[in-house]
Amino acid sequence: MAISMTKLATRFATGVVFAASAMPALADCGIEAGSVRILSNDFDALRLINERATECATDSVSVTFNQTQEHKSLQVPALSIDPAEYTVAVIANNSLPPLLNDGLVRPLDDLVEKYGQNLTEQQLIRIDGKVMAIAFMVNGQHLFYRKDLLEEAGLEVPTTYEELLEAAAVLEELGKTDYPYAASVQAGWELAEEFVNMYSATGADFFAPGSAEVAINNENGVAALEMMKALTEYQSPDYMSVGSSEASKMFRSGEVAMTVIWASQAGPVLDPEGDNPEIAAVAGLAAAPSFQGNGIPAATLFWDGFAISKNISDEDAEASFQAMMHATAPEFAEENSYIAAWLIKGYEPTPGAVGIMADVAQGARGYPTLPFMDLLHSALGSELADFMQGNESAEQALADIEAAYSAAATERGFLN
Amino acid sequence: MPHRTFLFFILPSAVAMFLFIALPIGSVILQSLHVEHGQVLVEVESCTPFGGCKTQTRVDAEATAALRAEAPLGRWNGLGTYMNRAHLATAELGEIFRSDTTLREKFAQVYQLRFYRALFFTLIYTFVVTPAGIIVGFWIALAVNRLPQMLKGPVIFVSLLPMIITPLIGSLVLYWMLNSRGILGKALQWLSGNPDLSIAASGPLMWVSLILYGIWIAAPFSFVVFYAGLQTVPDDTLESAMIDGANRWERVRYVVIPHLMPLATFVSLVQVMDNFRVLEPIVGFNAEAHAMSLSSIIYTDLQAENGQLFGSAAATSMLTIGFVVILLSPVLVRTWREFGKRAH
Amino acid sequence: MTTLHTDTAQSKPRQRIPLISVVAVVFVAIWLVTAGFPFLWTAWGSFKVEADFFSRIDWTFALSGENTTRQTGGPFTLGGYQGAWIDQAFWKATLNTAIVTVFVTTLSLILGTLGGYALARSGRRYAFWLLMVALVFRAMPHITLVSGYLMPFFEWNIWGTLPTTIIVLVAINQPFTLWMLHSFFLSIPKDLDESAMVDGCTRLQAFRLVIVPVMWPGIITTGLFSFLLAYNDFAVGAMLLSQENQTMIPKITSFMGSIEQEGNIMFAVSAVVSATVPLFLLVMFFQRQIVGGLTAGAVKG
Repeated sequence: MAISMTKLATRFATGVVFAASAMPALADCGIEAGSVRILSNDFDALRLINERATECATDSVSVTFNQTQEHKSLQVPALSIDPAEYTVAVIANNSLPPLLNDGLVRPLDDLVEKYGQNLTEQQLIRIDGKVMAIAFMVNGQHLFYRKDLLEEAGLEVPTTYEELLEAAAVLEELGKTDYPYAASVQAGWELAEEFVNMYSATGADFFAPGSAEVAINNENGVAALEMMKALTEYQSPDYMSVGSSEASKMFRSGEVAMTVIWASQAGPVLDPEGDNPEIAAVAGLAAAPSFQGNGIPAATLFWDGFAISKNISDEDAEASFQAMMHATAPEFAEENSYIAAWLIKGYEPTPGAVGIMADVAQGARGYPTLPFMDLLHSALGSELADFMQGNESAEQALADIEAAYSAAATERGFLN
Repeated sequence: MPHRTFLFFILPSAVAMFLFIALPIGSVILQSLHVEHGQVLVEVESCTPFGGCKTQTRVDAEATAALRAEAPLGRWNGLGTYMNRAHLATAELGEIFRSDTTLREKFAQVYQLRFYRALFFTLIYTFVVTPAGIIVGFWIALAVNRLPQMLKGPVIFVSLLPMIITPLIGSLVLYWMLNSRGILGKALQWLSGNPDLSIAASGPLMWVSLILYGIWIAAPFSFVVFYAGLQTVPDDTLESAMIDGANRWERVRYVVIPHLMPLATFVSLVQVMDNFRVLEPIVGFNAEAHAMSLSSIIYTDLQAENGQLFGSAAATSMLTIGFVVILLSPVLVRTWREFGKRAH
Repeated sequence: MTTLHTDTAQSKPRQRIPLISVVAVVFVAIWLVTAGFPFLWTAWGSFKVEADFFSRIDWTFALSGENTTRQTGGPFTLGGYQGAWIDQAFWKATLNTAIVTVFVTTLSLILGTLGGYALARSGRRYAFWLLMVALVFRAMPHITLVSGYLMPFFEWNIWGTLPTTIIVLVAINQPFTLWMLHSFFLSIPKDLDESAMVDGCTRLQAFRLVIVPVMWPGIITTGLFSFLLAYNDFAVGAMLLSQENQTMIPKITSFMGSIEQEGNIMFAVSAVVSATVPLFLLVMFFQRQIVGGLTAGAVKG
């Protein structure tokens, strides 16, 4: 792993050097003047996009960026001032609501019309009829499995969690791995995300329509929790401290036969030059299993995209939009198809994107872009740990979640 | 010292503290007494890449901004946030104590409440780690003091290492060593004869690890201070004690410890405060499932993924300060008396 | 450790209670292992690849370097160091940290000695209450303070710069600095500055020419703690600095990755080990003064 990461980093570093030395040649982004200031999260795909945006810099156009894991904490104060500290906020469907709540991003319809020839309808995030953000990549959780072990045990690839439980029992019997299954259920955000995935596969809504009243305290909620609990039977006893990257490492080192983790782990898992080439050769990807027989993969999909600040001049907004259009152009997605699953026109899914594309094709739901979803997510993260450790019943856990959410939503003014 | 001179000397420091600590604390207190305005919710059609277009609930940003412009602080809530379920949970506590259950069940129910769970761990951590760290530090200081001169330098240096290493990284490396696959974890499995032993899977083991880590990181501070103190123990007092026939233990008990007492006050003051704010080991050890501290719930509330509950974090912070003041009050009263003596 | 034991035994010709010497030496030995081993282990492991140092298969790989040999051709590799320092430009973060620590330490000490001196020499009630308030300030969790700074700092357009972070760190550090220096000043006899003032010095001159020279050990000790605070700071730097001004610890945590992407933990380990080197030198250099300094302040607590 380390070596492949080093390689990736080196490849990336040379890319930067290349971009810098190629600066005088300059991509023609068609920008006359303006200032582009990007705030984004810090991971490879976004680093590439930011670097590509800087190609648009000229004597009259400045392009700067700030990549930081604290971007979510910074974005609201940074965009609230006038003029905003950043003109572009790179966001995902769970970090857009805070900007929308405070009205900090501008509608993009005029800019899409002028400069968005390469955009597909799927990329446009419309709210109340107005384009508020442009999505460019997708991530979500799906199943990673060992082809060899399933074959040896005479099992089909599980398509539902019920089948996965049966397969896990058989694999445990077979005894080729320490544990049959791993999932990202580390206490906190990831445990909450697992519940969100499972619950969304029941097809039910998280909130009562038209209000901020939470609606998970029902038989769907109980069923989702009980499935999560049943799965722990087949996981390492450390499961409460296993997150997505830990589960990925367990899978890669042959400790588990199946795992449901983020699609962005497919790169390291399938890397033939990584630490575990023998596992990479027998790893299979499939959609997240569905649940309760209604065929919806138990995975909520996340899109990453960008929005443009409201508190900036029209000139800067136009420059920013054009720079981002250049950064996420079709040829970029073609050249970097192995980096992520792009929503950009011209992207051909690579073998590593099979799982996430299966999620999308089978109708997995998007992570709810609701103003109060983060409060529910937080309540889930802190209240579910006891249930998972068998200290309380599913009903009690759901009641606790509801109470914790209500306290938070009242403080934020969503409930009275 | 005249008032003017005092003012002249203290001013830079006081201004810095006023601007960057007192003012923010003031705003934190204000914030904890308010909740946000009722958000104006509307239903609009929204379209995303997955699942097409749907009617969804949104905040009407303009209408909400208008409300906010009228009263920027939000709605007055008094001590409401302090009393709600995420903090002192007075209503829930009342219900638990009125209900017809055994004491044990009542305790279990109280322990379900986030604040009390965090408080319980924080108090235990503080009350175990502080004295243990001081005692271990004192012992090391006594022992190092007996070493030959040339060995003292390197020994002091190595002893300081736990304090020097960045806590976030220190706890991460130690966690990996203690993990069921790490060198210490394997050693534990071998010692206990249980190949499945894992600190991450067991609440009690996790607590023990966190507390041992706490002592590891706290002992060097006490050690440095006590070691320095030992250099000032007057030789003549020790010698006269020796002539009186006091054995080694009696000399420590009746000469050294009283001499170091004022230092112990200073050390415990600083250590109680630092231990009460324990956060890094809980993050580094992935221990959220088994242990929460007051600082870790503040940290959780402030995380952007969790919706940034500033009011809630503010209330927990004020409660933390309150508890620290209560814990330190004996020391504060002592300082007050000494100060009075000095003044006259 | 056996040599250590004999040394001690020899240096104590009175073998009245040899047991206690043995116990003391054994205790120091155990402590040294406890304090030093995790660091040694980390330093050793920083020259391995992740599959060895964090081996999931067998912890002894960290010793033998199985995967390191397979991947790099030798049992030790500089891959982590190269990755952190060259590919990820860790040197830039180091430079920023150097600037921050130097200024924070200097400013903390200037403000702290002035304030601490005043508090020690004024016998008035308000001095006591100021000390108490400072103590309460110190109890405030830093993360709460920092989240409150964001909005005004953005508005005044001072967010993201090194001076802002330096001033915030100095202010946050003041309560501890004041307390510590105040107790050092208490241990210096009042007569010293009073006689200087009788000789015609102003208060400031007495402070600068008479008191400060006697105070060096105390100032150095307090400075070391300020230095450590600025050096190990994460909460303030991560939130208040822009990317080009990022300091070491936030940079190291960014190596560790996130849910979106696995980080490279060996970069983090190598960076941590190299980040400790200046501290090594510093402690070695100031060792005598640290102990001496605490002694001076400690006596009268």
